Parts: sequence; C-alpha cells; structure tokens
Amino acid sequence: MLTGISLGVAEGTVTGLLGPSGSGKSTLIRSIVGVQRITSGSVRVLGLPAGSPTLRPNVGYLTQELSVYRDLTVRANLRYFAAVLGVDRGRVDQVLEDVSLSDRSDARVANLSGGQQSRVSLATALLGDPRVLILDEPTAGLDPVLREDLWSLFHRLGASGATLLISSHVMEEAMRCQRLLLLRDARLLIDDTPDGLLQRTGESDMDAAFLHLIRQSEATA
Amino acid sequence: MSAQRTMATARRVLAQLRGDPRTVAMLLVVPVLLMILLRYAFDSNVFIFDHVAPILIAIFPFVLMFLITSVSMLRERTSGTLERLLSMPIAKLDLLVGYALAFGTVAVVQVALVIVVVLGPLGVSVTGSVVVLSLFGVLDALLGMALGLCLSALAHTEFQAVQLLPAVVFPQLLVCGLFAPRDQMAGVLQGLADVFPLTYAVDGVTRAAASAAWGGSLVKDLVIVAICIPLALGLGAATLQRRTG
Ligand SMILES: Nc1ncnc2c1ncn2[C@@H]1O[C@H](COP(=O)(O)OP(=O)(O)OP(=O)(O)O)[C@@H](O)[C@H]1O
Ligand SMILES: [Mg+2]
Repeated sequence: MLTGISLGVAEGTVTGLLGPSGSGKSTLIRSIVGVQRITSGSVRVLGLPAGSPTLRPNVGYLTQELSVYRDLTVRANLRYFAAVLGVDRGRVDQVLEDVSLSDRSDARVANLSGGQQSRVSLATALLGDPRVLILDEPTAGLDPVLREDLWSLFHRLGASGATLLISSHVMEEAMRCQRLLLLRDARLLIDDTPDGLLQRTGESDMDAAFLHLIRQSEATA
Repeated sequence: MSAQRTMATARRVLAQLRGDPRTVAMLLVVPVLLMILLRYAFDSNVFIFDHVAPILIAIFPFVLMFLITSVSMLRERTSGTLERLLSMPIAKLDLLVGYALAFGTVAVVQVALVIVVVLGPLGVSVTGSVVVLSLFGVLDALLGMALGLCLSALAHTEFQAVQLLPAVVFPQLLVCGLFAPRDQMAGVLQGLADVFPLTYAVDGVTRAAASAAWGGSLVKDLVIVAICIPLALGLGAATLQRRTG
C-alpha cells in the first residue's frame, strides 16, 4: 500500500510523522513495529528485520486505537503487561506518574475519560523502558497542558538515548520534533527539520506550511 | 514458553471474570439450574433423567465453556490487546495456556457444583466412580474451552462468534447419541460421530457413570478427549497471526 518510502531514523532522536487522515501513517508505523503484513520492501529496526523476536522487548508500541483491557483497573492492566514484558512492578508506579494517572490507578479503564484511557495505553508502551518507541497519535484528544507534559516526557526519553517516532495531526506539535516526515497518499512528501520546512515554504507557522505543501503536491499531481 | 507469562495471563483472565459476575453466574449457576429444570421435566419418568443426567454433565459445561471462551478470545482480537501482546515478548502458547488455566479452574468448580447437585438433591445414583465421572466432566469442559479458543479464529465479530455455536456445536450434539442411539443412525452420521470429539466426551461420562471398572473403551474415550485438548490449543496458537493485513 505504501510506495516509494525510503527513510532512516537516527537513534536518540524524536521524529514526527505527519500527514492527512488516510495518508498511511498508521500503516507505516505498523510496518516498523512488525505487525503489518508487507508484500515487498524491508524494514530494519536496531539493525534487525522489523518484528524480530529479539526486538520485541526493545520496541514500545502505542496503537492508535485503545489497546488495554477496559474491564480491568489501570493498575491491573499495567501489572499484567509488566509481567509479560518481564519488568519490575516498580515500573508501574513510575509510568503512571509519567502519564499523570497515579490518582486514577484503581479505576476501571472503562470508567475513565477518553483522554485518560489513551494515557493508560501510552503508559503500557512506556513500561518496558524500550530503546525504540513508536507512538501512533499519543496526544490525540488531550488538553494543551497534558500535551505539553507528554512532549516534555518524549524529549526526556529522547535525551536519555531512546529513539521516538510519533505520529500526530496537530501541526504545532511538529515544531517540537527534531525531524519531520510528511506523508501524503502513501508517499513520503517531505523529510526535513521543522525550521527547514518553514523556510522551504516561506510560511511562518506549521499549519500554513502544511497546507502549502499539500496544495503544492496536489498541483503537481 | 514462560511459566511467569502463562501464570500472569491466567491471573489476568480470572481478574476479568471476577469483574463480570454475570458471566460467572452463567458459568456456575446455569448448568445447575438446567439440571434442576430437566429433573422436573421428567418428573413422572425419573429413570429417564437418571439416564441422561450423566450425559448432560458432559454437555452443559462443554457448551457454556465453548461459548464463553470463543467470545473472550475474539474480544482479545478485536480490542487491539492481541495485536499489542503479540508485539511483546510473549509466546502464543503462553496466552492460550494462560486462558486454559483460568477457564480450567472455573471448569473444576462448575463440574463439581453440577455433580454435587445431581448426585445429592436430585437423587441420581451412579454405579460407577464419582471421581472418574468428575474427571470426565472437567475434561469435557476443557475440551469445550479448547475448541472455543481455537475456532474463535473463524469469527470476525462477536456476532459471528455466537453463531459458531449452532454451526459447530449443534451438529456434534445431534449425533453424539443423546437424541438417538448411534447404532440406529444412518451410516454417514455414524461416521461423523466417530470424528466429533464430543462423541467421546459423552461416551466417557456414560461409561464412567455405568461402571466403576476401567475397560478399554473408557480408556480410549479418556485418551481421545485428553489429546484433543492440547491439539485444539495448538491449532488455536497457529491461528494467532503476529502480522495482520
Ligand atoms: N485493514 C485495512 N485494510 C485495507 N485498507 C486499509 C486498512 N487499514 C487502512 N487501510 C487504508 O490504508 C490507507 C492508510 O491508512 P492509515 O490507517 O495508515 O492512515 P493514517 O494516516 O494513519 O490515517 P489517520 O490519521 O486517520 O489515522 C487508507 O486509505 C485506509 O483506507
Ligand atoms: Mg492512523
């Protein structure tokens, strides 16, 4: 489904993956995690083919849809995934703090708000302290304060050596990435830094730059 | 496989069940109520009830386990948790055996309750050994569970999962010997009955209830049912795809 995408992401960086709805962000992410059936092409992560068993403990994956047990409490979910990952139970409290959910740890996931639910899912991806974090829209539906907190967390993780690939619809968030990938119709349109993107388009904010690029690609298509 | 991950999965499935009292009631209370209902349906022919009660000890737990495990496994698939788990370092069998342990625990309680009620208040007496009868009852429940986990791969929605019951379980029920003696059925149906696992489950409880002796046929029933359980779990593991479309 994806065509002509060739890219590499450096270790220890935060990369943003942007593009209109349906452009193939989730499909690319699933290919990198190794859960997407691919017909051709190759994806390597940390030097190994995507989805290799040895990669599984080292790659944290946040699916776009909620993927935790709604009928269990927040803590029961995290304890279970901690056991599957073979990490210490102490990590559970740590990641709850990271996503600001410590006070809701005994609530059933089904009884949380949508944004709280998606943070439980995010906490699960952080549990294993993975070297690579692939996050499909981690900040969708969150208020600006929480978004700010999470992006600070992502940069802390990047600074400590983790490699992050984060998809988003929100263009201002793109400014916070070291590098941006812009997909359109299953093709890689742009691979640049945020500043490079603004310069290239001559626009002053990301939303305008995004529109500019999409219009331009429509004109040439 | 890892014992830690298998046990964690079993604990998680049991925790989900604990949070769902209606399903627990369905699993534990419904078979007992159905037995009581049937006992009074045969009120003036209690000897018929004496004959069918052991068969139903095989069938009620089998059917309920099949239904509930096929839907639970499907839910795991549709809720995205399966995709997430399979991107983590867990073996497919850790997951399935974890389910089997959790529902196996429920099966033991379920069958014990049915047997206590049937042999106690409902006054059925068996010539055979109660222990062997119970063993068969639990194995039959486990068989239903294993088939449910395995065949849930055929369904894409919970709606379809429920339809597996008439499609997969009813044919086995019809030819297992409960409704008509197998030697009086058309040859083709006898052949079908020979390949359906439920046939051996029903034969096993019938024989175990009738005699305390361990004949060759009883051993054969036990072996076949006992082999079908890991076989179905293995097939179930094979249907779990780490990569999907
Ligand atoms: N399971 C599927 N089977 C067939 N086609 C699919 C499937 N999932 C997605 N697609 C198609 O692949 C294309 C890319 O989808 P994808 O989910 O990767 O988009 P996305 O960029 O993540 O969109 P969004 O921002 O809305 O999440 C879409 O045209 C979509 O219709
Ligand atoms: Mg998407």
